Amino acid sequence: MNKIPNRAAICEVLMEQAANDRDIVVLCSDSRGSASLAPFAERYPEQFVEVGIAEQNLVGIAAGLAKGGKKVFAASPACFLSTRSYEQVKVDVAYSATNVTLIGISGGVSYGALGMSHHSAQDIAAISAIPNIRVYLPSDRHQTRCLIESLLKDSLPAYIRVGRNPVEDIYEEGSVPFVLNQATVLAEGKDAAILACGEMVAPALGASRLLAKEGISAAVLDMYSIKPIDKEAVLRAAGTCGLLVTVEEHSPYGGLGAAVSQIVAERGTARVIQLSLPDAPVITGNSQEVFDYYGLNKAGIAAKIRENVKR
Amino acid sequence: MAENYKVLAYELRKQTVAIIMSGKGGHIGGDMSVMDILMTLYFRQMNLSPENQDSPDRDYLIMSKGHCVEALYAVLAEKGFFPLEQVKEEYLRFGSPFIGHPNNKLPGIEMNSGSLGHGLPVGIGIALANRMDHRKNRVYVVMGDGELAEGSVWEGAMAAGMYQLDELCAVIDRNGLQISGSTEEVMAHEDLKRRFESFGWHVEEVWQGNDSDALNQAFDRAKQVKGKPTVVIAHTVKGFGSSIMENQVAWHHHVPEEEEYRQIIHDLEERKQAVLTNSQVREEAAGHE
Ligand SMILES: Cc1ncc(C[n+]2csc(CCOP(=O)(O)OP(=O)(O)O)c2C)c(N)n1
Ligand SMILES: [Mg+2]
Repeated sequence: MNKIPNRAAICEVLMEQAANDRDIVVLCSDSRGSASLAPFAERYPEQFVEVGIAEQNLVGIAAGLAKGGKKVFAASPACFLSTRSYEQVKVDVAYSATNVTLIGISGGVSYGALGMSHHSAQDIAAISAIPNIRVYLPSDRHQTRCLIESLLKDSLPAYIRVGRNPVEDIYEEGSVPFVLNQATVLAEGKDAAILACGEMVAPALGASRLLAKEGISAAVLDMYSIKPIDKEAVLRAAGTCGLLVTVEEHSPYGGLGAAVSQIVAERGTARVIQLSLPDAPVITGNSQEVFDYYGLNKAGIAAKIRENVKR
Repeated sequence: MAENYKVLAYELRKQTVAIIMSGKGGHIGGDMSVMDILMTLYFRQMNLSPENQDSPDRDYLIMSKGHCVEALYAVLAEKGFFPLEQVKEEYLRFGSPFIGHPNNKLPGIEMNSGSLGHGLPVGIGIALANRMDHRKNRVYVVMGDGELAEGSVWEGAMAAGMYQLDELCAVIDRNGLQISGSTEEVMAHEDLKRRFESFGWHVEEVWQGNDSDALNQAFDRAKQVKGKPTVVIAHTVKGFGSSIMENQVAWHHHVPEEEEYRQIIHDLEERKQAVLTNSQVREEAAGHE
């Protein structure tokens, strides 16, 4: 089992690139340890800014640095980064179109036992509702690497959410089928399609394999790009399968399920079933316990499809 | 009397560490530094008990540095709000109300916290409501020193000064450390006293912030101050009570290994015994006079 969390993959890429690019600047808010960015701070102290426990300041300063020509990566727990600094994200990053990549660490229910203050079940909704900023939830460390490498090539605002724990590898090192802003089809299928993002991609794949043994063929799409969302991929899946199941570590409002439903409602013909966290304070426990409780695991996803697929 | 509280503080520290061990998580460094503040407020200052917890006349405490909830659990259990055994059985377990931050589904806890920099504005609101209703209850807000980097703290400091909230008492656990290093390295605030004074506050600087008597006197003096809020700047030691964790930044949220746990309990017990022996010696000396 892979031991490297996605956040560490981000640090790796930034360390490699910073060696040749003095404009890469990383900011933290007493969060360098939890962001796995302590090695960066140590190796490139002149390209690192610590702002203390001050997330609004973090994002404001990040925008200013970008205005001054820097390629900025600001990392803080997703719960605080997405909502405490919301107006700075809206005005200073998105509206002013500054070259800032926000890295929301320990996203979703990574801090499961710490309660709602530390859960980020609203970040996709919050950030997606702002024009001019992209939202990504990479599924594994290899895809995370591709994403960061790709974002370094442009200068548009982005928000990335990663979890705290290492997750199973979905892809193989060096051969990740990655196209920026396009969904990755991990499995083809004709009875149903599972559309998942972030940590939910692994159980989605697991569910598809489980169902295959029962003769149900379920496609799996890695929807790591929530905004912009790959409409064509969604519509293709809707056209082939007629049943879409979205799976996300997020509130039922304004996340992947909502985005997929909007697309299908307009042009598609499929049914969309959303699996997500509830619209309630999430039960506390470690993230696997929380996922299991809400059926956000391979058995839960498979059961949902079994119940709803037309045979 | 003073000795009893010293002994109690060591006992409560042992319980706090036991809670952390039971759930394999928590913020031990800040728990140990804030213990004397919490114990002094709950046992020597505040008008609050399980019996009057719903009375509008109770005193309020907002644990703004909510990550140190284990220390709060130990103190509230000792006050009789819930059994310590229950905390140890349920802390951080799936579905339990004893989560890693204060939540007001539990008795004795006023507000949910965990996101730093929220407590002071909320405390100001409570103090204003009490004033509107002509009540004289005290409102305490306990903050960390790293927490002071949040702008909301200073927005609150401004408002409390302007509204002359003399029933409001902020307490800063000035242990000099946060997660990534010392506060001076991460975000410095050397002239804290002057900063608060310039926002219209009365400042009580307590140099022995782990001494319950010194804290108690500061809280007493704060009650006499009229027309200004008070901030008690308690100079504490993060990890207070065991040399293996004192002033060690890594102990912000390190969970002790079994061996370390034994060492910590041993150190706390030893210091407690030293207090008892000293007080015995003094009593005997007094008896011989
Ligand atoms: C708004 C917010 N940002 C970040 C955190 C994560 N965090 C938890 S504890 C902590 C350090 C707190 O340091 P300090 O206030 O000095 O507390 P103490 O030393 O008493 O533990 C941080 C950054 C948080 N809980 N809330
Ligand atoms: Mg501190």
